Amino acid sequence: MTHPQTPPATPPGLASIEAVTAHLASAGYISTAEISTAVFLAHHLRKPVLIEGPAGVGKTDLARSLALSMDIPLLRMQCYEGLDESKALYEWKYGKQLLYTQILKEKIHLLIDGADTLDSALAKLNGFQDLFFSRDFLEPRPLLRAMEQTSGSVLLIDEIDKSDEEFEALLLEVLSDYQVTVPEIGTIAAQYPPLVILTSNNTRELGDALKRRCLHLHIDFPPAELESRIVRTRVPDVSERLLAQLVAFIQRVREENIRKLPSISETIDWARTLILLHADSLDPALVRSTLNVILKRQSDIAEIAPKVDALVGAAVRDVAETV
Amino acid sequence: MERTLTQYIRALRAAGAGVSTTEAIDAARTLDVVGYADRTVMKTALGAVLAKSVEEKALHSRLFDLYFHRDAVTEPPPRDEADQAASPTDSEDDEADGDSDSADAFMDLAEAQDAGRTAMALEKAAQAAGTDGIRFASQASYYTRRMLEQMGVKALEQRLIGKLGEHTPEADAEARRMMEARTALQTRARAVVDARFELFGRAATETFLNEMVSERQIGALSRTDMERMKHVVARMAKRLAVKHARRRKVRNRGQLDLRRTLRANAGHDGVPFDVVWRTKRKDRPKIVAVCDVSGSVAQYVRFLLLFLFMLREKVTDLETFAFSNHLEDVGPVLESREFNAAMDHIVMQVGSASTDYGVALEDLETQFGEVIDRRTTVLILGDGRSNHANPRLDLFQQIADRAKRVVWLCPEPEGSWGMGDSCLLQYRPFCTHLSHCATAGDIERAIDEMLLAYD
Repeated sequence: MTHPQTPPATPPGLASIEAVTAHLASAGYISTAEISTAVFLAHHLRKPVLIEGPAGVGKTDLARSLALSMDIPLLRMQCYEGLDESKALYEWKYGKQLLYTQILKEKIHLLIDGADTLDSALAKLNGFQDLFFSRDFLEPRPLLRAMEQTSGSVLLIDEIDKSDEEFEALLLEVLSDYQVTVPEIGTIAAQYPPLVILTSNNTRELGDALKRRCLHLHIDFPPAELESRIVRTRVPDVSERLLAQLVAFIQRVREENIRKLPSISETIDWARTLILLHADSLDPALVRSTLNVILKRQSDIAEIAPKVDALVGAAVRDVAETV
Repeated sequence: MERTLTQYIRALRAAGAGVSTTEAIDAARTLDVVGYADRTVMKTALGAVLAKSVEEKALHSRLFDLYFHRDAVTEPPPRDEADQAASPTDSEDDEADGDSDSADAFMDLAEAQDAGRTAMALEKAAQAAGTDGIRFASQASYYTRRMLEQMGVKALEQRLIGKLGEHTPEADAEARRMMEARTALQTRARAVVDARFELFGRAATETFLNEMVSERQIGALSRTDMERMKHVVARMAKRLAVKHARRRKVRNRGQLDLRRTLRANAGHDGVPFDVVWRTKRKDRPKIVAVCDVSGSVAQYVRFLLLFLFMLREKVTDLETFAFSNHLEDVGPVLESREFNAAMDHIVMQVGSASTDYGVALEDLETQFGEVIDRRTTVLILGDGRSNHANPRLDLFQQIADRAKRVVWLCPEPEGSWGMGDSCLLQYRPFCTHLSHCATAGDIERAIDEMLLAYD
């Protein structure tokens, strides 16, 4: 681990675990102790954070809110099968190289100017050989761009589990040493180590080498109280009664035997939907007609639809008890 | 504190979490950053560094509470007190004088009102007795005794025998006091040993029992074993899933894909900067499981299907059929119900009659013939006992010709193949693979081999 510069000063947003929570809250992200601790450690140990958990619990949003709250750029790299270094690290600007070759072709007689043997012409051209593989012709992709940021950045590597295993290996150098090696140029070390967030939906097991280099954070569905706070921040117009009831309802749906459980993003969408419909409390008919907002599979809707009356009743009772 | 952390990491490893040296170093750095003051913060922080999966997180949460609970009393003891606690061990070889010393020390500890001091002495004795090495619950009394010996119980017992021989009321009272003291310390030592077992031994015991059960005859499993077996099968399935859920594309280096190369380089005026190689897409394993669910084989089917069901979607396409005297597609039943209930339903619905392999093959070929193609592995689980009905070898050959592989797993040992009404030897020439399959380990190996054929 060679870092040429001394570690940069800690920004105020990362000074303590509480500061992280407060900063994230200012960007509208309700953090838990686990999340704040992981972010705090990520900065102080200079390690990436690997976030796992079901879809839609705010994994990607954490990176976005971090960048927003600390006012640094967010560099996002979406992973997919077949992603390779020319899309992730860097690529040569072939078109520009081609153009230069053509210019060179036209001007070549000026350059070799009077050289009468092949050897002397080559000797004169030798000075230009590195021209085509210099920084001017390098097209930086997200990983290299993150290394080049001078005032810090958040690098989000989204859904790493979707990429191939070879790509994981490619990431190792970036993640542990914060540097990128371009064979033709050399090693480019980060100006200012980015805060790296990796997310995974666990569609495949990640390699041990990658896990070892990361801090691990697991975000699960939030408990009712936390979920209410999150929805209130995102949908400020929602009335307290509706909020409590809809969160209680979602919590109960998550206990049902369905394939795709509704996550926070669905709860938020549902709250917005209900406001548009001018609802101020849950009733079975309303729930039944908006069920497709929270459930994304036909079989799940079929499973829940007959139980809506009971679930709404239970949710309303849950709320009545706590008040 | 560093030693405590190292010990804790040892406990995590003993419990089955893979903590590497780098992670151990990270843990130490983490503690430097967050400090030791707040235990909750410490727990969360160590959780982020040491536990890298949901299972490991749960493990960490349990062990941390166990471990750092006792840590409260194990801050490094002051020097002189440590010497005092250690003295019984040193003086054991000394004659009468040393012995009476250690017996006094023992009584002193047992009757001490200072809970912290006793706890510290117990901790010291536990370390000297090597209690961290405990692996099985049955070792608990051995380690308890070792701890007591470290604290000087031998000397005490000698004195006790002496007192009992005196037959005076004072001596008897004294003896009773000593026995009470011994019991008191023994109880406390046992508690310490039990806690150590929870930390260091439980996982090892579990692993051992799991290995035992996976190599035991499925037909001979007891009810408690069955429960354990489900977890074992789940773990095996997960292991296979990780192994075989690799990408399904292979790059054929050296074979240029001309069309895609030209298209990719259209922007560079057709100059091929980006070279695209041909890729071959691998077949996704497709398994058609045909299971005999008549009485004798039903138990094996249960585990085979449980296994296959855990691999489905992620690794394989799966079609399941059950038969006795007729054959049914049981996929929908397994999809819609809880696994155990579904299996009971299937056995009741399909498995009540005597087996007829001929009819089963006929049903498979006429009603579901289209599910078998050249990508398919046909997996048959059955004893091949057709109750003297026509085995329909012609149909079996047709199926075998069409499928990629035919794998037959038989719960009966090889010696009885072909005896009585078994037609197994007649089917054998058409099978790619025929093997005896009696334990969960056998099932795992068979499925592993089957999936390897697709790599």
